[in-house]
Amino acid sequence: MIAELGHFALVMALGLAIAQGSLPFLGAARHDLALMRLGSTAAVGQLACVTLALAALTNAYVTSDFSLLNVYENSHSAKPLLYKISGVWGNHEGSLVLWVWILALFGAAVALFGRNLPLPFKARTLAVQGLIGTGFLLFMLFTSNPFERLVPAPLDGTGLNPILQDPGLAFHPPMLYLGYVGLSVTFSFAMAALIEGRVDASWARWVRPWTLVAWVALTLGIALGSWWAYYELGWGGWWFWDPVENASFMPWLAATALLHSAIVVEKRDTLKSWTILLAILAFSLSLLGTFLVRSGVLTSVHAFAVDPSRGVFILALLVIAIGGSLAMFALRAPAMQPGGHFAPVSREGGLLLNNLLLATATATVLLGTLYPLALEVVGGAKISVGPPFFNATFVPLMLPLLLAVPIGATLAWKRGNLMGAFRRLRLAVAAALATMALYLVLVSPQSLGAALGFGLAVWLIGGSVTDLAARVGLLELAPGRTWQRLKGLPASAFAVTIAHAGLGVLIVGITASSTLQEERLLAMRPGETTTIGRYEVRFAGVDERQGPNYSALRATFETTSGGLPVATLHSEKRFFPVEGQPTTEAGIHTNLWRDLYFVLGDRTPDGAWAVRLYINPFVIWIWGGVGIMALGGLVSLLDRRLRVGAPTTAAARRGGRPDLPDPVGA
Amino acid sequence: MRFRKRQRLVLIGLALLLLGGATALTLTALGDKIAFFVTPTQIVGGEVAVDRNFRVGGLVVDGSIRRESDGSVAFRLTDTANEIEVHYQGILPDLFREGQGIVAQGTLVSAGAEPVLSASEILAKHDENYMPREVTDALKEAGYWQHNEAAGDAPADGVSQ
Repeated sequence: MIAELGHFALVMALGLAIAQGSLPFLGAARHDLALMRLGSTAAVGQLACVTLALAALTNAYVTSDFSLLNVYENSHSAKPLLYKISGVWGNHEGSLVLWVWILALFGAAVALFGRNLPLPFKARTLAVQGLIGTGFLLFMLFTSNPFERLVPAPLDGTGLNPILQDPGLAFHPPMLYLGYVGLSVTFSFAMAALIEGRVDASWARWVRPWTLVAWVALTLGIALGSWWAYYELGWGGWWFWDPVENASFMPWLAATALLHSAIVVEKRDTLKSWTILLAILAFSLSLLGTFLVRSGVLTSVHAFAVDPSRGVFILALLVIAIGGSLAMFALRAPAMQPGGHFAPVSREGGLLLNNLLLATATATVLLGTLYPLALEVVGGAKISVGPPFFNATFVPLMLPLLLAVPIGATLAWKRGNLMGAFRRLRLAVAAALATMALYLVLVSPQSLGAALGFGLAVWLIGGSVTDLAARVGLLELAPGRTWQRLKGLPASAFAVTIAHAGLGVLIVGITASSTLQEERLLAMRPGETTTIGRYEVRFAGVDERQGPNYSALRATFETTSGGLPVATLHSEKRFFPVEGQPTTEAGIHTNLWRDLYFVLGDRTPDGAWAVRLYINPFVIWIWGGVGIMALGGLVSLLDRRLRVGAPTTAAARRGGRPDLPDPVGA
Repeated sequence: MRFRKRQRLVLIGLALLLLGGATALTLTALGDKIAFFVTPTQIVGGEVAVDRNFRVGGLVVDGSIRRESDGSVAFRLTDTANEIEVHYQGILPDLFREGQGIVAQGTLVSAGAEPVLSASEILAKHDENYMPREVTDALKEAGYWQHNEAAGDAPADGVSQ
């Protein structure tokens, strides 16, 4: 009964989405206030309906209602509660419900928080959002109904793929979707701006918080996925340039570019059509990512959908959304007024360089991801494009970008002074060069790549900090004045420092873990001792252990360094009887400088065990750095200009209704 | 006006430079950084050069797995028409076993009638029912395919294959 209610709620949501996707357009064209306001009402109603559906599905999972096909196929009564809940989105149908729920959430958020938007613009934005919702609700109801019944109801379910039964994976999909779908808001804003033919500083200010929310969520979502791959797959790596990873990375690159170009629109009223194009591309890449991972084109843990009609449906959605928006762009963008000009060496120039490099990098990732598929479709050779390709294309494009980051952030608007920037950053330059020299002299003269990586990291962190210090006049002005200046700085200035320094921390982690990793593969007998790096590792043996829904062989490694105990690590091979599937759990001991990462392999005929020992230096800095970057995004959200900067009518300032149409629109 | 023209020229120049650089990088990378997918028959037939990185798919021959005391593994891989020897240093995937479809990536250490592949990576499915698509293709090419489910019938292998 509850399931039927959920299904009915989805149908209601579709009705509301259709209304939201059509009537406000009409209202905006005819200056009909009631029709325009309908958009907000429909958006909130849609959220209520989809929430009801999501709650109904979650209820079915929590109560293990195996009369639902979806629950039967993806859950089991013996599963821990957290994984019963995360199982809701651990499958195709359920993940779509989550997708649509987040879409409705953003729609309702625009309706409720977008009070400073001119009514016709808000109506059009919500209408585009409604159209996207219509497409996905149709897709769900016609090809992927999560509430399909199974008669007779089986006694128990078939379980969830055990490698998905993990806390990291419980939160990775919602976070990633928050990012993917958050970009739909930016897309809707861009489409509304194209319809109205007007992009200006206030548009950029309206879009910015939404882009930031999406970017922060996408950043954290990707980090969670990579962290999961690191500790769950037992391969010792954290990024594999797998098509599924690329599918989430491409929208991130585009969103990062968008975040930066929107600043130029806001401050200097230029790069407008490029920013609109980026907004379209970022969401298009999200849709493409959804298509790639959900259609079964790629084989991976994410490829739930195998019914070809689903693939065709998503492809059709993709063509309509991307084709339609790009056609709209081609029609309307040329009419946009170009803004102020700027010298190549200027803040705008720096941000533009950032955009060009990020866009080119996105293109190489896109090419590497789609090329094998395209080649196979035209009947060419079957190939696999892996890390070597991306290391040879993506990394060289990132080097100039990272070099330029501190300089670009220091340059003045309109016309900058390169020498002045270097003077301002001289401490950071010196620190970076010193790092490289010290590394080459003291650690290893051969590893130029590692030296370059650490130098870049110091350059990024040092550059961000010295730029902030110069802004507040640290050591040049009296401490009181510095404090005054510090208090006067907008939140966005701190956000830039934090995010760019976080990037530097990330580069430390990437460089160290990819160039200084130590690895040993050997067969060990219980009681034997070996060494890796400066650690002695004693393999104490293997015992059996019973988990909540699995049985495990557990190896114990006692690690010491110079005779002092460091840690006892447990590496497991788990077997899940319900799913009939084994998994490997690496034993990991983390501190700030390195991870000990031990994997248990198979038993050899003579009673020893194959074990793989890794020391992954600075690996925690990777996720720490990403976390700091996301924190920068959150700090930027606090900037008061995002809230007070939007134009308000005199009536609004007097405490009247701010959502009345402005005189131009009415 | 002159200023704007110069600005545009610099922009276009920069964009072209980037595009050219990226194209050059991509083309070189596509030339030597990708791994072709081949079948054991092609390897036995001498179609694969030594030292070239590639992927090969097939079934693990029953009773051929030998685990050495140093933790390395040797086994034979077949597409039912021909077999090759595979050597691997590392931890095998959880679902690696005899008769199973797997994909190995690596280079040939000896070619000819008795080719030996030194694998850097072994990829197996991450799900009971799934057969890597490359393996089904290899088996089809060898004229053998009677597994009761086609590729992609069931979800999922690992994140990286």
